[in-house]
Amino acid sequence: MTYTAPLQDMRFVLRKLCDLDAISQLPGLEEATPDMVDAILEEAAKYAGLELSPLSRSGDLAGLGFEDRRVTMPEGWKTVYDMLVEMGWNSPSASPEYGGMGLPFVVNACIQEMFHGANMAFQLCPMLTQGAIEALECYASDTLKETYLPKLVSGEWTGTMNLTEPQAGSDLAAIRSKAVPEGDCYRISGQKIFITYGEHDLTDNIIHLVLARLPDAPAGVKGISLFVVPKVMPDGAPNDVHCVSIEHKLGIHASPTCTLSFGDSGGAVGYLVGEVNRGLEYMFAMMNNARLNVGIQGIGVAEHACQDAAAYAADRRQGKVDGVEGSAAIIHHPDVRRMLGIMKSRTEAARILAYRAAAALDFAHRAVDPEARDRAQRRVDLLIPVVKGCSTEMSIQTASLGIQVHGGMGYIEETGVAQHLRDARITTIYEGTTGIQALDLTGRKILRDRGAAVQEIIDDMRLSAAELACESSPHGDWTLLSRSVSHAADTVETATRWLLDAGKETAHTQAASAMNVLELFGLSLGAWALGDAALAAAGEPAAGGQSDHAGAKIRLAEFYAQQVFPEALARLSAATDGASSVLALAPSDLHSVA
Amino acid sequence: MKVLVPVKRVIDYNVKVRVKAGGSGVDLANVKMSMNPFDEIAVEEAIRLKEAGKAEEIIAVSVGVKQAQETLRTALAMGADRAILIVAADDVHTDIEPLAVAKLLKAVIDEEQPGIVLCGKQAIDNDMNATGQMLAALTGWAQATFASKLEIDGDSANVTREVDGGLQTIKVKMPAIVTVDLRLNEPRYASLPNIMKAKKKPLDEKTAADYGVEVAPRLEIVSTAEPEARAAGIIVGSVDELVEKLKEAGAV
Repeated sequence: MTYTAPLQDMRFVLRKLCDLDAISQLPGLEEATPDMVDAILEEAAKYAGLELSPLSRSGDLAGLGFEDRRVTMPEGWKTVYDMLVEMGWNSPSASPEYGGMGLPFVVNACIQEMFHGANMAFQLCPMLTQGAIEALECYASDTLKETYLPKLVSGEWTGTMNLTEPQAGSDLAAIRSKAVPEGDCYRISGQKIFITYGEHDLTDNIIHLVLARLPDAPAGVKGISLFVVPKVMPDGAPNDVHCVSIEHKLGIHASPTCTLSFGDSGGAVGYLVGEVNRGLEYMFAMMNNARLNVGIQGIGVAEHACQDAAAYAADRRQGKVDGVEGSAAIIHHPDVRRMLGIMKSRTEAARILAYRAAAALDFAHRAVDPEARDRAQRRVDLLIPVVKGCSTEMSIQTASLGIQVHGGMGYIEETGVAQHLRDARITTIYEGTTGIQALDLTGRKILRDRGAAVQEIIDDMRLSAAELACESSPHGDWTLLSRSVSHAADTVETATRWLLDAGKETAHTQAASAMNVLELFGLSLGAWALGDAALAAAGEPAAGGQSDHAGAKIRLAEFYAQQVFPEALARLSAATDGASSVLALAPSDLHSVA
Repeated sequence: MKVLVPVKRVIDYNVKVRVKAGGSGVDLANVKMSMNPFDEIAVEEAIRLKEAGKAEEIIAVSVGVKQAQETLRTALAMGADRAILIVAADDVHTDIEPLAVAKLLKAVIDEEQPGIVLCGKQAIDNDMNATGQMLAALTGWAQATFASKLEIDGDSANVTREVDGGLQTIKVKMPAIVTVDLRLNEPRYASLPNIMKAKKKPLDEKTAADYGVEVAPRLEIVSTAEPEARAAGIIVGSVDELVEKLKEAGAV
């Protein structure tokens, strides 16, 4: 079914839970007033629903052409890409200095969610370009910026990230691609795999950002440098980089995943970004945004799965339900409603957390007070692995439940909802697997500052719990909500304390429990997010009319408190009492014997 | 030449319309509203005239509640140069009747002296299909309704109209009122830079009293009812059976 942007919820989250008013008063963001943001989201929603969404299914079915080192995109994709460029949707947050619109990250988060929800395989292309723009904005020389940024910002050219090699996946220290100095540039050679949009026919040029080693570079992560390698040189000559194959994948069929070969005929010309041997550091600085975007991608796909499942459940009639005349629409069956409730409450909780992370990024970049900037940056750093890890895992669960709601029809490709599951399945793998996010959360984000950033979020959660306890408007079980947010704060606190204690003993123990810690963080912060949403909704003037927005927010929060959050308690038990059983498993225990 | 484009804020075409309890009208509380699609086509045509060098300035005007300024901002983001909002109602449920709207537009025309007025043939909310015609009567200008093609030729316009029997092309003297139909063009999306520029374009806010026009309704709504739900269909086995069933139903 065609995707419809959830504008009402997006506006609600922006205004009531992300303080859009304050963001539009930050220096440089003055134009992003709430009414302007409304107008922007309305237009983005039209493009997402009317242009991107219809091509998602046809692109999935048609897939890609590959012949003579060239990739052909599915029919209609070039037209819609040209439209994206013409309408200025390629990189809404890029700096006005290079032709961008300089919109707040949190507004861009809404736009990205819509475009991914409408057509994830398409939006991967602008997402990668945005990553390349950010890397160049932060670290490239003025000459490189002037040559490449304006066309990347507009979308006239696209960008890629070349990290992975056959032997270097999660461990980038193993990178072997070479960069040999030659005059004021370098000759790059080597093979990169899994390069998203590494080759396509949407634009005349593709700008590859490539990690490679100089001949005298130290071994490991401290010897990797970052290079710009254009597909076509500034003088129009082709560079020595070619797509040698594309992958056949479970999902995102219309997104070309390429093996790129650099330097088959003497070496591709590359230009150093920043300083030598600091490539990985630059990549990681940029990775925050990329990971946030992949988390948002999961939310977009989950939202689309929710819409399809709710529409089907309202239409499909099976069996009898008390109080419903004749054959009942399956949405009236309690278990179907439970599934839809899990899908929707988890999607909305993930949206609030992701937008709050994006809003924190705006404050971290632009707040006037340095203390406020630091505090916001700590919040961003802590939330990123949770948003990336938990929103993407959630998207798989949601897409899978969406199929369950459809029953046998869902398993049939023709219905179209199986594509959500196939597309979502990659999101927990690329830009750092969920396991990597879990290690990032427990290691870099909790242990490194001895739980300081976590304590700040626990304080915020306790504040919300206290406010919920004081709320008295009708139609809400505020005791339940307050208790659930309070339990959520306890859960996060207990897990953090355990980590800090376990950390002293063995890194293995934390690693064995990292995934459970990540999951309980996601589930607990979700309870907090929906508690805040219920509070904000309770404060809304009585709306009347067709939609009971406030009531729905409160009921979803209550549902989450009772049906979803309890899993956090099981995760806590598995994390704090269960590491030893993970470590006790011998590798041989895990093989089957014939 | 100036082009005047009246635009109306209406219930969005994707929204399922529901009648208010009591039948006093359609429920518009908390419902997505957007520009009348026929008016979008009129705005687009005005922009094309400007791009072709046939017009210098596009003025969008709306009559209604204060929130209609969002609709005007959309017109400005698409490419209109400035906008006039005539606030004539406090409540979205108050519909301003075509004659009152036409009188207000006449007053705007007297001030602005446009060379052409491009408006939607009707608004999709109450389908009156009257404002353009009434405006032509009040101004004494030529009218060309249901336009599917428009060519400006000196001081006249050639307009192809969609009529019951097919297409009719007429030549009207300018200034003229042209009401546009669905197939005239496909409206553009507003680009992100243009949405942001639209905020800086002038939007004058007026009231009906500023123009001395009385907007109180002359019509009384007796009742509003939803159409009867369609009965379930049946599958017939053959053409003969179909004809028989139709005869039974008294349809042939």
